[in-house]
Amino acid sequence: MTENAASPNHLQLTRDGQLRHFLTLDGLGRELLTDILDTADSFIEVGERTIKKVPLLRGRTVVNLFFEASTRTRSTFELAAKRLSADVLNLDINTSATSKGESLSDTLLNLEAMASDMFVVRHAQSGAPHFIAESVTPGVAIINAGDGRHAHPTQAMLDMLTIRQHKGGFEGLKVAIVGDILHSRVARSQIRALNELGAGQIRVIAPGTLLPRDVESLGCTVEYDMGKGMKDLDVVIMLRLQKERMEGALLPSEREFYRLYGLSQEKLALAHPQCIVMHPGPINRGVEIESAVADGPQSVILNQVTNGIAIRMAVMAMAMGGQVAERQQKMNELNERGQA
Amino acid sequence: MSTLLDVEQLLDTLETGMRRLIEERGIESPLVIGIRTGGVWVADILGKRLGIEEPFGELDISFYRDDFSRIGLNPRVTPSSLPFDTEGRNIILVDDVIMSGRTIRAAMNEIFDYGRPARIILAALIDLGARELPIRPDVAGQSLELNAGQRVKLRGPDPLRIEFQEAGH
Repeated sequence: MTENAASPNHLQLTRDGQLRHFLTLDGLGRELLTDILDTADSFIEVGERTIKKVPLLRGRTVVNLFFEASTRTRSTFELAAKRLSADVLNLDINTSATSKGESLSDTLLNLEAMASDMFVVRHAQSGAPHFIAESVTPGVAIINAGDGRHAHPTQAMLDMLTIRQHKGGFEGLKVAIVGDILHSRVARSQIRALNELGAGQIRVIAPGTLLPRDVESLGCTVEYDMGKGMKDLDVVIMLRLQKERMEGALLPSEREFYRLYGLSQEKLALAHPQCIVMHPGPINRGVEIESAVADGPQSVILNQVTNGIAIRMAVMAMAMGGQVAERQQKMNELNERGQA
Repeated sequence: MSTLLDVEQLLDTLETGMRRLIEERGIESPLVIGIRTGGVWVADILGKRLGIEEPFGELDISFYRDDFSRIGLNPRVTPSSLPFDTEGRNIILVDDVIMSGRTIRAAMNEIFDYGRPARIILAALIDLGARELPIRPDVAGQSLELNAGQRVKLRGPDPLRIEFQEAGH
């Protein structure tokens, strides 16, 4: 297979296949995804120690560049960077709609002048992290913390880690993603990861107005009736219903949505008795999930948060590692040429 | 050349040396921690021979290596496992081969992130010299000088054997 400009991997991977940016799961193979999960397992163990810190990124500067508000994702990225011993700068930038392109470039130039080693980027526009990775100084790693409707790869990977912890693997698993698939970058990354890791069945359950066109082409089946969709499930992933979508006439009412697509104890009873319940948070109790389910024995929602730190540590350490290894390789080559 | 070193003999020397050290220094109820991969195999055997009943610990020092800036992260890192509280305890740190001393430095940094041990003593099956740091084993199975380009590796776990390699392969 030849690399082309449309493939994200000429950007994401070094010549020998190591991660150097983490922008999307597209094009990343099962082996690399499994490496990320395995590395995260080791970081989970670090999180259980008296001193929850390792020296990997000591002396390096990580900038959390959030053009879109986020509490959980930003704080887990911050904690992850700190547990890797990096210095962390948090920047919340409210974009004005008129000057996005230009202000992004200028912001980056300024931050690069501060000798940053890594940017963790969240942006409302799909492709922003990709754009930054293309223009950034060599040696600086870019991590996508969610871009538009495109991708949220660390969220998907922490979900995969949670599934693997509870189910042992992916083979033969029946997984459903329920709710607003249309606006969800999380769902897109999850479907991609589940397919690559070999899940048995991936269902999306949603009303037609909240499904992207050709959603099946992502590698999943569609179910409009949640009662049918819940049957025999091993994993159910609920998505947050963004209230602003109500105003766009995509949904009749919260109450109606809850009746049809909310995860209640009755609906959960239709799934496999060991089915785990996941949610990327923040949860809207009584809108997409019943409190008794969110707090119930099958819920692994808080495990997801803990795993989020470990996954982000893994991705940051691997991407920084790829960057430094590549830089060293280039220096070696230059030296050899100089000697020749 | 692989018949040059008898693993059993080295283990005997290591055990005898360690028993003497434990007695001389009056080291009470020591714990054993091995460094992956070879050090863990040796730690397992040494712990049993010394009659230590607590399970041995396993360290993966990948997150503590000092060459991250040159080679990046080891892709095959596995979780460290210390199934005991190290605070205030006497620890026998075990590796298969000691050379530069950098692995031991990394391992000691990692151990201290679990708590403050009373003492760490170092056991190595083979001591190759060529130290780059002021670290030395308290007990070694065998000291050895290699020719330029020669390497030595412990293979295992069952049976354990010592393998010599010449440069290039």
